Amino acid sequence: MAERTEVVFVDGVRTPFGRASEKGMYAQTRADDLAVKAVSGLLARHPNLPLDRIDDVAIAATTQQGDQGLTLGRTVAILAGLPRSVPGFAIDRMCAGAMTAVTTLGSGIAAGQYDVVIAGGVEHMGRHPIGLDADPNPRFVTERIVSGDALNMGVTAERLHDRFPHLTKDRSDRFALLSQHKAQAAYDAGKIQPDLIPVAIRSTEGWGLATEDEGRRPESTMEGMATLKTPFRPHGKVTAGNASPLTDGATASLLAGEQVARDLGLPAAMRMVSFGFAGVQPEVMGIGPVPSTERALNRAGLTIDEIGLFELNEAFSIQVLTFLDRFGIADDDPRVNLWGGAIAIGHPLAASGVRLMTQLARQFAEHPEVRYGLTAMCVGLGQGGSVIWENPHHKKYRKGR
Amino acid sequence: MTDYSMIDFSDLEAASADEVVTHSYVRDIRLGSGRTLALVTLDNGRDHTRPSTLGPRGLLELRATLTRLAERAAAGEIAAVAVTGKPFFLAAGADLSNISALGSHASAVKIAQLGHAALGMFGKLGVPSFCFVNGLALGGGLEIALNCDYRTLDESAAALALPEVFIGLIPGWGGATLLPRLVGIENALKIIVENPLKQNRTLRTADAVSLGVVDVSFPARNFLEDSLAWADRVLGGMKVARPHVPGAIEKLAKWDAAIAIARSRLEAKLGPTPQSPYRALDLLKAAKKGSIEDGFAREDQALADLISGDQFHASMYAFNLVQKRAKKPVGVPDKSLARKITKVGVVGAGLMASQLALLFVRRLQVPVVITDLDQARIEKALTNIRADVEALFTKGRIDRDEANRLSALISGTTDKSAFADCDWVIEAVFEDLTVKQQVFAELEPLLSETAVIATNTSSLSVADMGAVLAHPERLVGFHFFNPVAVMPLLEIARTPHTDDATVATAFQVAAALKKNAVLTADRPGFVVNRLLAKVMGEAARALDEGTPVKVVEHALDPIGLPMGPLELIDLVGWAVAGHVQDTLTNAFPDRFYQSENLHRLAATGEPVVEHDKHGKVIGLTKAGAAAIQVSGAGADAATILRRVEDGLADEIAIMLNEGVVAAIEDIDLCLILGAGWPFQAGGVSAYLDRVGASERVNGATFHNPPIRGAGN
Repeated sequence: MAERTEVVFVDGVRTPFGRASEKGMYAQTRADDLAVKAVSGLLARHPNLPLDRIDDVAIAATTQQGDQGLTLGRTVAILAGLPRSVPGFAIDRMCAGAMTAVTTLGSGIAAGQYDVVIAGGVEHMGRHPIGLDADPNPRFVTERIVSGDALNMGVTAERLHDRFPHLTKDRSDRFALLSQHKAQAAYDAGKIQPDLIPVAIRSTEGWGLATEDEGRRPESTMEGMATLKTPFRPHGKVTAGNASPLTDGATASLLAGEQVARDLGLPAAMRMVSFGFAGVQPEVMGIGPVPSTERALNRAGLTIDEIGLFELNEAFSIQVLTFLDRFGIADDDPRVNLWGGAIAIGHPLAASGVRLMTQLARQFAEHPEVRYGLTAMCVGLGQGGSVIWENPHHKKYRKGR
Repeated sequence: MTDYSMIDFSDLEAASADEVVTHSYVRDIRLGSGRTLALVTLDNGRDHTRPSTLGPRGLLELRATLTRLAERAAAGEIAAVAVTGKPFFLAAGADLSNISALGSHASAVKIAQLGHAALGMFGKLGVPSFCFVNGLALGGGLEIALNCDYRTLDESAAALALPEVFIGLIPGWGGATLLPRLVGIENALKIIVENPLKQNRTLRTADAVSLGVVDVSFPARNFLEDSLAWADRVLGGMKVARPHVPGAIEKLAKWDAAIAIARSRLEAKLGPTPQSPYRALDLLKAAKKGSIEDGFAREDQALADLISGDQFHASMYAFNLVQKRAKKPVGVPDKSLARKITKVGVVGAGLMASQLALLFVRRLQVPVVITDLDQARIEKALTNIRADVEALFTKGRIDRDEANRLSALISGTTDKSAFADCDWVIEAVFEDLTVKQQVFAELEPLLSETAVIATNTSSLSVADMGAVLAHPERLVGFHFFNPVAVMPLLEIARTPHTDDATVATAFQVAAALKKNAVLTADRPGFVVNRLLAKVMGEAARALDEGTPVKVVEHALDPIGLPMGPLELIDLVGWAVAGHVQDTLTNAFPDRFYQSENLHRLAATGEPVVEHDKHGKVIGLTKAGAAAIQVSGAGADAATILRRVEDGLADEIAIMLNEGVVAAIEDIDLCLILGAGWPFQAGGVSAYLDRVGASERVNGATFHNPPIRGAGN
């Protein structure tokens, strides 16, 4: 049995995220091509990495059919021009697909079975709406195992409001508004753009180039948010304003064993400390990151107070608020989602996990005083996923507690 | 200098109402540096089966678009302009349907000028222009790129070429002037003159880079993104190396010499008749000095002259035959009647049989069994075929697995019962009716009821051969041309007995072999040999009359045939030519000329003609001169030419009456594909019409109206 190898996150990139719609910027772009752009763009940033050193490619997608079918990691590797000797596979844990790609391949590195890997995800929700053509087992409903509503993510968010009445619609809207403003501020400061891989896009008006996220609404106001429809319930609390939009996009990241990275001259942007996945009642799937984070903290021997930066996926405001409330963190705590989140930027399901990591890695470089960071997200059918990372720029990095 | 902005093109626009317009869409791109680049996309709105082409309306739209962009550039709104195409295509060139319909020299000048008016804008934007060659770029398509300041190329682009000379034109939208100044005279000659004359060869992407046609290439997976990033770097001051741009020394020492060499090669290869290659040479020579604008004006004139001349129209006729009619043969039964071929038998193990076996196994990828009476001949044939397969592997045409597969599919035996499960058996035994009948009589009882029997005979009657068959309806003529692997034509000869299923199968097999097949009646010499016999007979007659070899060889120069008649006879072999001549003379004694001198020359068994360094026949060898008997003072070139013209016009009219083929177009197609007769002659019918031969002999032209330019 090989010794445990430390796993470092070298780099992460993504395509700009597009609105999932017939009018969205990726309406005429294939999902697998988005993943290919992300992987090609990632590798172009590391021209000295011998491509045949890549041991595996895992690309996640929630709906693995059509242009998201055919074991994506392998097809994307071939299409991105990787040597035929590099294998690949597809992975699925719904919204936590890319996160699971990172933890799965990272585990392979830790076990000494991989040196360098690529992990990412893609979701073209315009072409593959969540649950399309799914055939849920009727037992879920007939045996009352899971409520039919549990498959509708908006309804599960409404149910979180039921469960935690003090987390009001007003708080949700305010959190969403802040996300929009923080994202725009980050754009204005040029924080987001360096990790975006431009994508040529075809349209009826000719070729264009996607260079920014399409779904941002920096002009949002509380007054405007209050007028939005509540599509999941009459007079409900969840709106298009305080939920992440349907999104098309892809992400890719490069992970390596610590020593291999050093040998190959690959910089370590983060070290994987621990991770955890947990199941919860599917009807309130948004609460998932709470137990998954507790697991990750336990395995790392850390407490929540030691986490200096949080990248939490904003599937819904209420779901992030539930997490913050549980851990006693203020709605507007400056450690949380420094550059906004999925409400502003978008949430292409299986791709999002690596976006969280990419942003956290950038923030680590800007905040050497922070030692640990958390990436966490809720997952459909009642799950949460969390990964804790250590900042190599911190003075005590790898030096024990 | 022509001020293109002052020319009124509204008449061209009006004449092009049915054009499939290639639109010019514009989107602003924010580059990484923050600069704005206006990206023009050329797109005709059709799918990949209809490449974008450039007609008057599309060009006017492009000009208007670029004029607006020049204004935006002047206002400081954009830092650069780039142009690219819809997926797989930049543009496949000018919209030829409208060009060939132009009515006068004056409007022909305008189509040339409109190209310059639109494409020339890429050099007058006030900001750098880029062409991102994302796919096929032919003719005017590639000239878009040449008119831009910089060029990138998608490594998966299907082809780049300036094929104008191939169809009787010159690259007249900037190509003939800009290309030599970009890549040097020798590379320009290769692209503009040599490649079009080598079966219209195109540039592969690696060649386009190494010759300097484009500045850089990028992989398809990220082509547009990489091109935009590259353009951004160029705008930021990155130097782009242009190692092929001719310097003073090249212009002084190399330019005119290269033109002169090319000219003498052309004269040797093509003779003086085809206009477009020489016109291209003139333009390339003149491109050495002077302004770009003067070069464009010369292009306008040359293009207009050619468009309004006869040769271009004949070339377009020929081009359409090859591109369209050849792919949809006329008179063929429905392909649903075709039988599936799962195993092929080849009777014989000679050179022709081996060539056929290789072709069938390579293209059909089914077992091919060859038979012969002699086991040693079979072994030799198998060895040769497998060596040929190995050679394909060595050349990189097929991979190891494929080579192993093909070699394993080939087998040979003296036992003809191996044909029992063949669906297709082709004979390539000695060209003698009795021999072939014996083979068929022996073969038929061994075959399945539905197996097709094909014969590669070139001159015997297929029906006579089939007289011994119990099922003559399954017999079809399947006449290849030498060398079998290279020549694209197959004459498929149907006898009165041949059934539809057999003919349909033969055409399916021809398509699988990647040959262009033409349906002919079972008449002596089918199409190509019958008409070549006419030409060779007249050459022999002239020789018999004491005409000097040089006069005979050059008498037909005005038609522009690929080789002189004696050179042709020498190539096919004097014995074969004598045999073909005998066959046709026996069939049509009053119309074909039989010369004993052919047999006498064949009997020498040694070279009978002298060749120059280009392979042209320039005289008889001593052995040749000693072998022949001549009487008379010889015919002059004009007489020989007239005999050939009239003879061809006469024979073709008779063939059409006999129903040898469905239409005159099939005669021309056969001559073009089977004998390499020139596009500019339209095969031959356009030529015979324009020189008056058809009217002289038949009282009418083959085409009505004749295929002629507006200048006549």
